[in-house]
Amino acid sequence: MKVIVCVKQVPDTSGKVAVNPDGTLNRASMETITNPDDMNAVEAALKLKDETGCKVIVVTMGPPPAEGMLRELLAMGADEGYLISGREFGGSDTYATSQIVAAGVNKIGVEKGDIVMCGRQAIDGDTAQVGPQIAEKLHLPQVTYAADIHKDGDDITVKRMLEDGYMTIKVKTPCLLTCIKELNKPRYMSVGGIFEAYSKPVTVLDYEALKDDPLIDPTTIGLKGSPTNILVSFTPPQKGAGMMLEGADMGTCEKLAGILAGKHII
Amino acid sequence: MDFHLSKEQLMLRKMYRDFAENEVKPLAEEVDETEEFPMETVKKMGELGMMGIYFPKEYGGAGGDVLSYAMCVEELAKVCGTTAVIVSAHTSLCCAPIFEHGTEEQKRKYLPDLLSGKKIGAFGLTEPGAGTDAQGQQTTAVLDESGENYILNGSKIFITNAGFADVFIVIAVTGKTTNKRGKPIKEISAFIVERTFPGFSVGKHEKKMGIRGSSTCELVFEDCIVPKANLLGKIGQGFKIAMQTLDGGRIGIAAQALGLGEGAVNEAIKYTKERVQFGKRISQFQNTQFQLADMHTRMQAAQFLVYSAACKKQNHEDYSMDAAMAKLFAAEAASDVTRRAVQLFGGYGYTREYPVERMMRDAKITEIYEGTSEVQRMVISSHLGVN
Repeated sequence: MKVIVCVKQVPDTSGKVAVNPDGTLNRASMETITNPDDMNAVEAALKLKDETGCKVIVVTMGPPPAEGMLRELLAMGADEGYLISGREFGGSDTYATSQIVAAGVNKIGVEKGDIVMCGRQAIDGDTAQVGPQIAEKLHLPQVTYAADIHKDGDDITVKRMLEDGYMTIKVKTPCLLTCIKELNKPRYMSVGGIFEAYSKPVTVLDYEALKDDPLIDPTTIGLKGSPTNILVSFTPPQKGAGMMLEGADMGTCEKLAGILAGKHII
Repeated sequence: MDFHLSKEQLMLRKMYRDFAENEVKPLAEEVDETEEFPMETVKKMGELGMMGIYFPKEYGGAGGDVLSYAMCVEELAKVCGTTAVIVSAHTSLCCAPIFEHGTEEQKRKYLPDLLSGKKIGAFGLTEPGAGTDAQGQQTTAVLDESGENYILNGSKIFITNAGFADVFIVIAVTGKTTNKRGKPIKEISAFIVERTFPGFSVGKHEKKMGIRGSSTCELVFEDCIVPKANLLGKIGQGFKIAMQTLDGGRIGIAAQALGLGEGAVNEAIKYTKERVQFGKRISQFQNTQFQLADMHTRMQAAQFLVYSAACKKQNHEDYSMDAAMAKLFAAEAASDVTRRAVQLFGGYGYTREYPVERMMRDAKITEIYEGTSEVQRMVISSHLGVN
C-alpha cells in the first residue's frame, strides 16, 4: 500500500501579495510555501504511514526550485518525491495541470489499496479543481473535503465536511481524497528527518518521461493547451473581524437584532 | 572560509523558527510569569529530535552537527530564554559528557532516553563554596566497603533543570592527589547520578531574576549510593571532564545570548516602525536608526564567533578559547542590546506588556553562568600565554 500526495508550491499570501501590472501574481517577489491544504493531505498520509507502515510519495508539478518543497516534505517523513517539471508544462491551467499530474501519478503507478491525496484547493488559484480532475483522469473514485479519514482493510471511511453538515462516505481503494484543514494539524519537520531528507530519492519527470502517456497530448498541456483565460488577478478584500455573541436569551437576540439593524442588514 | 549554511542547516533554521514562533513564543510570557517549567514543550522538542541534535543516530540522536544545535538554541532564545537554556544545559552539560567520556555501556544505557527527550539531563558542579573556583569542591564520593558503590555526601547549588531532570552529571572529591608541581590538590571525579538513587534529593528552588521558567535547584546527597559502574571517565578525571563539558556548554550559552539579543533587535525594529512620536514613526529618527544599526552589528559579530566555535568543536579542533570568546562577547552584547531595546521602547519597554524587559532580565544570566565573563577572560588570556 502507498499514499501518493499531490502538492503545490504557492506564494505565501499571508504576507504582502504582489501583483504584476497585467494582473497576474508576481510570484518571483513572494516567499513560497507548501499550499496549506496540501500540508493537511501530507499529514493525513503520514498518519496512515504511522499506523500501517505504508509508503508515502509526494508529487508536485513546478519549476526546479520546487524540489526544495519536496525535500521539506521528505523531512516530515515522506519516503520519496517526484518533481514533474518541463518547459512544455509551463502556463498550464487546472485542466492541463490535472492531465500532467495524472500522467505523473500513472508513471508512479496506482494499485489496489493505494490512495491518492490532494489538498482541497490552492491558496493562489482557489479553484479546488485539480484534485477532482486528477481523479477523473485516473478513473478513480473521489471523496472531496475530507475532515476525517479511517482506513479499514481496502475500505476508507471519510467524513466530508460541507457547508451545512457532514457526510460520511465509505469508498474502496484505490481512490482519491481531497483534504481540508479541519482534518489535522500538520507535523513539523524533525531534526533527524532533515538530515535524511537529501538522501531520499527525488525523481524528475520531464516531458520526455511522460510523453508516452495518453494523457500527455501536446495540444492540451501547457499554456497553449489551457482553455482558461485569466482576465484579472486581485487580492480579495480583507474581511473585518467577526463578532461573537453568546447566549440563548432574549437580551442577546435583541442585541443581535440591534447590530444587524444598525448595519441596515435587516 | 565558507560563511554559507548547508541545505540541511537552512531547512533546520526554518523548522526551528516555525517551532519557536508557534509553540514557544505563545507560552514565553506565561512561563516567565508563573515560573513554570515548560514540560509540554520539552516533550514536543524531544519528539522532533531537538534534545539530541548533534549525537549519532545509533544512540538515538538526530545525527546532526554542533552548529545545528547552536542554531536551535539561538532560535529558541529569540523568543524564550528559558526554553533555550533547558535545551542547552540538557545537551551540553549532560548528554555531551556521557557521549564524550562514557563507556559504551553507559552510552547505551543513558543516551537513548536523554537524546529522545524522554529523560532530561543536568550537571552539578557548583557548590556554595565552589563556583568560579571549581577546586573548592566539598561534595565527597567514597567507595563503600563492598567496593561496588560510591557514597556521595554534600550538596550542589544553582543546578539548571534540576527539578525535572532524571540524570545528573555530578562532580565530587574522591581523594587527594598532587598537581604537576607536586602541590597537594583534591582528586576530583565525575559520576552519572540518577534521580531515583537512594540518598539523592532535590532541595531549594531558586527564585531568579530571569530565565524564570527554568528549574534551578539545589541537589542534596545524603549517603547517596551511586554504583561504581556510574563513574564517568577514570577516577581523578572529573576536573578535566567538568572543564571540557563547560567548554562545550559555553557554545550553548553563547547561542542563547545570541538569540536573546537578536530577538530584542527584531522586537525593537517592529516596535519603532509602529510607534509614532512628534508626528513621525520613531524609526525615522536617526538616533533609532543608529542604535539599531549598532545593535544588529554587535549581534552579527556575536553570531560569527558562536558559529565559528561550534564549527571548530564539530571538526574536533581546539575550541576552548573560541567558546570562551563567543560566550564572553555574545553575553555582553546580549546584555547591552536588550537594555538598549528597552530604552527604544521607552516606558512601554519597562512594562511586562512587551517582551524586551524579559529579554533584558534573561540576558543578564548569560554573563554569569557556565563561567562568568571574568572566567572567560581568564580562559582567553591563559590561551594567549598571558599569566
